[in-house]
Amino acid sequence: MEYKAPKEAYKGMVREVTIGKGEKAMKVGGENILPFHFFDEGSLPNPPRFALEVLDMEPAEKTPHLIEPFGDVISDPIKWAKKCEGFGVDAICLTLVSTDPAEKDTSAEMAAQLVKRMLAEIKKPLIVYGSGDEKKDAEVLPKVAQVCAGENLLIGPVQKENFEAVGKAVLDNGHVAIAQSPIDINLLKELNVKLCKFLPPERVIIDPLSSALGYGIEYSFSLIERVKQIGVITKDSMTMMPIIANLGAECWKTKQAKENKTQGLLWEGMTALSLYLAGANILVLRHPETLKSIKETIGR
Amino acid sequence: MPISGSEIVKMLPGKKPCKDCGFPTCFAFAMKLATGGATVDKCIYLTPEVKAKLEDLLAPAIKLVTIGAGDNKVQVGNEEVIYRHEKTYVHPPGIAILISDKESEAKVNEKIKKVNELNFSWVGLTLKADLIALQFESGDKNKFLALVKKVNDSSNLGIILISEDLNVLFAARDLCADKKPLLYPITKENIDQAIPKIKEKPTPVGVRGASIEELIPLTAKLKEAGVDEAVLDPGSKNLMEAVRDQTFIRRAALKQGFRPLGYPTIAFPCFIAKDGLKEVLAASVFINKFTAVIVLSDFDQYSLLPLLVQRLNIYTDPRFPMAVEEKYYEIGTPDENAPVLITSNWALTYFIVSSAIEATKVSSFLCVKDAEGLGVLTGWAAGKFSGDSVGAMVKKSGIENKVKNKKIVIPGRVARIKGELEDALPGWEIIIGPREAAGIGAFLPEYAKSLRK
Ligand code: SF4
Repeated sequence: MEYKAPKEAYKGMVREVTIGKGEKAMKVGGENILPFHFFDEGSLPNPPRFALEVLDMEPAEKTPHLIEPFGDVISDPIKWAKKCEGFGVDAICLTLVSTDPAEKDTSAEMAAQLVKRMLAEIKKPLIVYGSGDEKKDAEVLPKVAQVCAGENLLIGPVQKENFEAVGKAVLDNGHVAIAQSPIDINLLKELNVKLCKFLPPERVIIDPLSSALGYGIEYSFSLIERVKQIGVITKDSMTMMPIIANLGAECWKTKQAKENKTQGLLWEGMTALSLYLAGANILVLRHPETLKSIKETIGR
Repeated sequence: MPISGSEIVKMLPGKKPCKDCGFPTCFAFAMKLATGGATVDKCIYLTPEVKAKLEDLLAPAIKLVTIGAGDNKVQVGNEEVIYRHEKTYVHPPGIAILISDKESEAKVNEKIKKVNELNFSWVGLTLKADLIALQFESGDKNKFLALVKKVNDSSNLGIILISEDLNVLFAARDLCADKKPLLYPITKENIDQAIPKIKEKPTPVGVRGASIEELIPLTAKLKEAGVDEAVLDPGSKNLMEAVRDQTFIRRAALKQGFRPLGYPTIAFPCFIAKDGLKEVLAASVFINKFTAVIVLSDFDQYSLLPLLVQRLNIYTDPRFPMAVEEKYYEIGTPDENAPVLITSNWALTYFIVSSAIEATKVSSFLCVKDAEGLGVLTGWAAGKFSGDSVGAMVKKSGIENKVKNKKIVIPGRVARIKGELEDALPGWEIIIGPREAAGIGAFLPEYAKSLRK
């Protein structure tokens, strides 16, 4: 029996999505092979992108080895973002945690103004996450979309409770939506179907909710693998969107990451690498050293 | 590429059903063979050639290999799928620490102690590394043999012997042959010399090639000589190549049914990456990508735990979520004024919520609702954490008789079940708790105080 290298070729292709505009524009997706499978028949025009997360308020919990690389700028989101640019990121991810009614309940207008100011200051494309409170996000995210009209931000999370309000604002103001659903392929497809009734699928990125190592990563890992395979192998239109894995905050919430620096960096690094291998196109991290060691490990 | 019952039946005598195998017809026997429910020897009318052929066809696509002996043996291989969601991965990779005979005695002792003693409890399990790899580097045979002897005497773990010099390799093997060490490397240069020696005292071997193609004639030769426990090292030079090689080997074995590559694999992050953090990250790639034995140059508690947790997670059977029993649990020593909280029965949810409660030192009752092993939000989405069913669980649990305050805290993420739950639990007040377990610390002490007023 002769050995013939088992190369595979597939019929589907992840949609190529552009985030940001002009000099800041960044493309994600566009591959017709599985992640890291450069040996199969096909191409991966855009390697996975890495973003570092910035919060719009000083974090309540200050794990020393997590905030140390940023020094005193963590009280100033714009300076924090600029510092991140120095660490070789592909994008900045601003999370508007302070808008959460359970936090500072910052107004939509104030949050949107911050996004606008940050846009003017940074050179990398911007990802904007609301607090995750569906009701408040339905006020905050449309406002952000309007105030930054035409900037082609990546905005989310768009959830099944608020997809009409947020999705509409994303469409009208020329942005890209992060469609988020809780670790379930049917819920994920259902939301994409609803969203794509009015939003072109090239304006959607999937966030299947990422869990950290030891705290459910196996669910995120297998879900992302499946979404990618259903898209690329069976050409299912509603899963052929790029995937974002927003995992930094999840990792640094764990006791193990907070306890020790090496353990924290590995907790975040292994979670990120696993979801990268599963098929994430954008990975959002917190620690610049994680970013550096992952890039070196995969040889980029 | 499993063979089907209808293909097997063509190879059976099948003229007239004689039923000697215990099945009514050859066809029934063939169907059983195909699903692993019977063994070939039950039919006594097969020619030796057909019998051997059938046995070969029915053998697992990836050979089961055992390294070590007794309770600490490591079994790898026998995997049936490429992606874990297709079914499950079965045999978690063995994790080894590398000790060179060039290292100082203090360092050697430290490593032996670490690999023997470091262990972690995690969701009711104990996690540990499993193997010790010993590398001949000093050029001094006696020095290496002394190391092998020392490790053999001071640890029950399985051993991997690494030596480019065959004489040294087999001399070391003779010191610990009863422990079934893995001998590495068998290469195209040394295989002819090695085979008779391997057969003296059969143990598993590690076959090294400069490429996948180079491995094929080697495993064929071993098989012909009757040596069937092998692990493969395709000589990947970096992680990109490693993912390619691991993927090709797994696909060749499972999708092409290509026997010469139907073996588990071994990888050496210790030789690919030098820096500690990157080496562990590389090891984590190998855990994700099919590798069966992973050798690290060193680790400490902070680098080993994440790796062991990852191995556990990836090798968890996705068909059976880890779940805890539906009932109310007492955390601390709750009395009649203690808070009552409710969550779902996914083991992880329970683990996170109960440790968050424990950390507040507020004795509480935690009701756990069977959501078929799903988390709260996914459970709710799947209809397993609805107000009605949560209400029914609370009634059935008997928690009513344990507390004076009929108040129950529900996870903030499913605040939407409040109305339904109020209808299902007349007389109870429904309190919306924090959205995440992380918020319990800020919430619970104040709330508990309010119950005592
Ligand atoms: S013993 Fe052999 S020949 Fe007889 S019925 Fe069974 S399979 Fe057929």
